[in-house]
Amino acid sequence: MSEMVLLGDEAVALGAVHAGISAAYAYPGTPSTEITEYIMAYSRRNGGRPLASWCSNEKTACEEALGASFVGKRALVSMKHVGLNVAADPFINAALLDINGGIVVAVADDPGMHSSQNEQDSRFYVDLAKVICLEPRNQQEAYEMTREAFDLSERFRIPVMVRLVTRLAHSRAVVRVGEPLEERLLHKAEDRKSWTLLPAYARRRFKVLLDKQRELHAFTEGSAHNRISLSSDFDEYGVITTGIAENYYMENIQELSYRPSHLHIGAYPIPEGKVRRLADCVKRLVILEEGYPFVEKYLRGIIPPQIQVDGKLNGRVGITGELDPDNTRGVLGLKERRGGAAVPGSLPGRPPQLCAGCPHTDTYNALRDALSGYSESIVTSDIGCYTLGALPPHNIIETCVCMGASIGMAKGAAEAGFYPVVAAIGDSTFLHSGITPLVDASVSDVNMTVIIMDNSTVAMTGGQQTVIPSEKLRKLIEGIGVDPEHIREIIPLEKNRRINTQILREEIEHRGLSVILAVRECVEIRRRK
Amino acid sequence: MKYDVILSGVGGQGVLSVGAVVALGAMKDGLEVKQSEVHGMAQRGGAVVAHLRISDKPIASDLIGRGTASVILSMEPLESLRYLDYLADGGILITSSEPLRNIPDYPDIEVILSRIEALPRYRVVEASALAKEAGSSKTKNMVMLGAASLHLPVKPESLRDAIREIFTVKGEKIVDINLKAFNLGREK
Ligand code: SF4
Repeated sequence: MSEMVLLGDEAVALGAVHAGISAAYAYPGTPSTEITEYIMAYSRRNGGRPLASWCSNEKTACEEALGASFVGKRALVSMKHVGLNVAADPFINAALLDINGGIVVAVADDPGMHSSQNEQDSRFYVDLAKVICLEPRNQQEAYEMTREAFDLSERFRIPVMVRLVTRLAHSRAVVRVGEPLEERLLHKAEDRKSWTLLPAYARRRFKVLLDKQRELHAFTEGSAHNRISLSSDFDEYGVITTGIAENYYMENIQELSYRPSHLHIGAYPIPEGKVRRLADCVKRLVILEEGYPFVEKYLRGIIPPQIQVDGKLNGRVGITGELDPDNTRGVLGLKERRGGAAVPGSLPGRPPQLCAGCPHTDTYNALRDALSGYSESIVTSDIGCYTLGALPPHNIIETCVCMGASIGMAKGAAEAGFYPVVAAIGDSTFLHSGITPLVDASVSDVNMTVIIMDNSTVAMTGGQQTVIPSEKLRKLIEGIGVDPEHIREIIPLEKNRRINTQILREEIEHRGLSVILAVRECVEIRRRK
Repeated sequence: MKYDVILSGVGGQGVLSVGAVVALGAMKDGLEVKQSEVHGMAQRGGAVVAHLRISDKPIASDLIGRGTASVILSMEPLESLRYLDYLADGGILITSSEPLRNIPDYPDIEVILSRIEALPRYRVVEASALAKEAGSSKTKNMVMLGAASLHLPVKPESLRDAIREIFTVKGEKIVDINLKAFNLGREK
């Protein structure tokens, strides 16, 4: 046993390494990025084992892990919550397979939207896929549960999710780690029918998955991660916590003069028996869970209707944002805590901004100049540092929805008859989900201009390597049928502003599809070299 | 013993490194630590805050409750005020004196400093000068850590060990400059 200070993400990473994974696949996304980064660093020190690699997107990452599982190896896939939307297809279908080598999907949700476009709760995907989810409440559990998740995956022959939230992913604490396991040997899955989801086979596999549900429930019912403690002398209310919400509860209960009955849930499917046992001894239930009211909604199907449920649905707990030691007090009947001093009301905010010298600033300046002659225009955009182009002083982009959407939306707007339409997307986001809509646009030579802001890195998440180097972008774009004459390159620098504006103007004027490569390295990455 | 610290500053000022050093130092002293920080978008020159908790008993929450922090340690004066409601009665605010003006509506620095000086316990550190004396303006954060170390329950030697361990990948020279910055912050 040794002790280390680890981020929640790093604890997951080390748990996976110690579980004997052969591979870790991922696409960078806050707050999950440090999982794969940690394994990459570990791998460098360890002769290249296990393999850790960035993939084009979360879907390809998940599929690559499935391949490893097919041949008997353990593999970790990690992503942020919205990445699971991209990987939902392989994730949900994987539940129907006869998982061979353990496969764990570590998903980091971002309640409070620190660095995301929504706060969706991944536990709903667990319910949809009908698999197990472990939800650690601290770094130690993140380590241990990840290890255990691999065992569960092989035992029940399903993918298993480890669900993190930002506060755990990005919080450090001491973790006591155990002995590492060896990698699994190659051992190809024996029954190919269990891996081929033809309707006839898939029906059989779905039945297998449904039949497994009883075992999964029995497991979570008995799991030590789902702890119940019943109070003999207090029945006004009982408390259900999940994941890190328990920490905030613990932070506050010293101030209560009584000890409510309490069920903590760390393993899903929800342990219905334990929920009923708790409900049997209280008049009211308080639910503290990070994310959406997932347990809370589910409860109504299993507890008697006369029990009042206080949580996010009736507004006793805030339904948006993160929980914290303060906003969990009211529902427990505790008074608001007051600090020694109040924050002065007049403090200006300090929003994030593009770094000084960022190439995106120069691209945006030239684009603004190029569009200045039109009475109206559209600039759709995407996810990355350049999304800050929505804020002053740039105020230039008008949309940001999901990875790759800038190109698809530009096509839709242009086909609806709007002109001029420009899509601004980063190189890594383009490779993640921008190629396919560009194929669509290329097929019918849609009257739009795509600017690929190529800074040769995944900058927003800390400068990970893009899957293919910039030099290859042009060939790729030519290969999907964009007219080479309308693939132009600019170097976004202030001294090139006039020429860049002119090139942009020419391509906007071109009645058909143009792609502009705005190529200059991220200054933050250059500084680090 | 329970010790809660709010670390604040602007993305790029090394708030997270300070947190990492204290967390490792506290572990070396056999203490429990939790340190919660924000990565990603906010790091691009925006307001950054980290919650650091140290105790000799297990710590439940990664986040600090309002009105319970022993120290606010800020790399920047405006940012030191942003989390004032976390400071406990009797807590101390420690901040660097130099404003980082990357927003158009940055208030008058005199007004900010007078707000700080109205607090019962505060310390304003001329971190830039000390960092330059140490050999690099990038070590302001370690100067601030040195200043704060007088108010932390972690042994200074453990913090120095942590600095060595964390900066060693960047080379001997960087380690030395950071140690010097820490010592200057602690002594002056
Ligand atoms: S990290 Fe790179 S791409 Fe992001 S704002 Fe800074 S310079 Fe621009």
